[in-house]
Amino acid sequence: MEVRRKVKYENELDHSFPQWISDVPGGEHIRECIQCGTCSSICPMSIYMDNTPRRLIAMADAGFKEEVLSSFTIWLCSSCYACLVTCPKNIKITDVMYAFKRRAIEEGIYPSKKFSIPILARLFTNTIRKNGRITESWLVVKLAMKTRLSSLIAMIPLGANLLRTGRMRFDTEKIKNRKQIRKIFKALEA
Amino acid sequence: MKTYSYYPGCSVKGTAKQYEESLLAVFEALDLKLLELPDWNCCGATMYMSVDENMSFAVSARNLAIAEEIGFDLVAPCSACYLVLLKTMKYIKEYPKIREKVDKALTAADLVYRGTARVRHPLEVLLHDVGFEKIQNRVRIPLRSFKIAPYYGCQIVRPYKEFDDPSFPNTMDQIFEYLGAEAVDYPVKTRCCGGSLTGTIEEVGLRINYILLSEAQRRGANCIVTVCPLCQFNLEAYQRKILKKYNDIKEIPILYFTQILGLAFGIPAKKLGIKRSIIFPKDLMKSIEIPEIQANV
Repeated sequence: MEVRRKVKYENELDHSFPQWISDVPGGEHIRECIQCGTCSSICPMSIYMDNTPRRLIAMADAGFKEEVLSSFTIWLCSSCYACLVTCPKNIKITDVMYAFKRRAIEEGIYPSKKFSIPILARLFTNTIRKNGRITESWLVVKLAMKTRLSSLIAMIPLGANLLRTGRMRFDTEKIKNRKQIRKIFKALEA
Repeated sequence: MKTYSYYPGCSVKGTAKQYEESLLAVFEALDLKLLELPDWNCCGATMYMSVDENMSFAVSARNLAIAEEIGFDLVAPCSACYLVLLKTMKYIKEYPKIREKVDKALTAADLVYRGTARVRHPLEVLLHDVGFEKIQNRVRIPLRSFKIAPYYGCQIVRPYKEFDDPSFPNTMDQIFEYLGAEAVDYPVKTRCCGGSLTGTIEEVGLRINYILLSEAQRRGANCIVTVCPLCQFNLEAYQRKILKKYNDIKEIPILYFTQILGLAFGIPAKKLGIKRSIIFPKDLMKSIEIPEIQANV
């Protein structure tokens, strides 16, 4: 049997990680976390998470960057802000989760291959850049094409229902002044 | 007649068409004018914030800049749009480094945002600009057989407590009582619907929505009423799938609060997009069928 070490040595931790998080808008108070667990108890997703929000914050504070970014937790957060309004230390936990998501996308660290949420996030972003608006039906089709094509078949009944009730669009929504959107993008990318 | 700028958002133009139809009809009945924001762009929802923070604020600020120039308060019916616009406004004010980036981007696009726009949700407009009394006076058909589970979802009351409690709001509850309906006690009224999880991590998404559906039924509701396109979509479009998976609940219609108002005002169902329901509220519609109203439809 292979002997594996579960605990990280001090020099393997990323000590710049907690500082980075406190510099993100919303993360100012993260180092003041008292580990009370209010966030974990109010979070409707915590029972599905590999690390509860409280634990994730402790891990981030200690510099466990890889573990935090590869955690399923950050992708289960659906931004309901329940933790944020109850946190006694005013940590904007939802913003912290967004920051973790961004960093994970930036570094390409995902819980699994073809993991759908970052793919959807990118599709969403690219569509806005191109058209200025989203067309839901196309977004769903494109997501399936990039993740699991077979999921489209499972969606047929749902699509049929939307079609029957006139809630599905086939045209692509676009704004007129797309040039303006492109200028906004360019200014920030420069 | 009071006038507002109107920010529909992508869902309201797509899967939530009935929300737009009923909102416009109800506002008109209350002498409120909604002018669609010219050439509005997608707010970015929760997705954009996961890719690029500054870009997401800048893209959203374009809408604020356009609204500011027109001068009317900006009304956004979708909870996600409402929050993104509100958050953009607040973060630009609160964080100079965000303001700097947003200004840079807007300047490049020949836009100016001074920070004076006002973002509002239609429910809050009803509460503050219209008032319960006027709503009650407009009722033509009391909705006596409606037992409503009022579902607020998350982003309309959190993190910004602009007009109601972040965990147990009751604006809608009160309105429904004035319409002659019963608002059942619904303790999960601000529990998240999971947003896009039904489309990405389906198992979790379905379970989260199952909890919302079963709690409504346990409380004796005969419909769930929402304020957000995503909540409505999750609860309605995935409902048959949920029913198949957990067989201890029954079908329940999911309507928008504006549809409920419209029905009580006696606005024809056709103008309220009731027919766009995947789960048609058959029994409820039957209960308010009055011959003379029928003749007007």
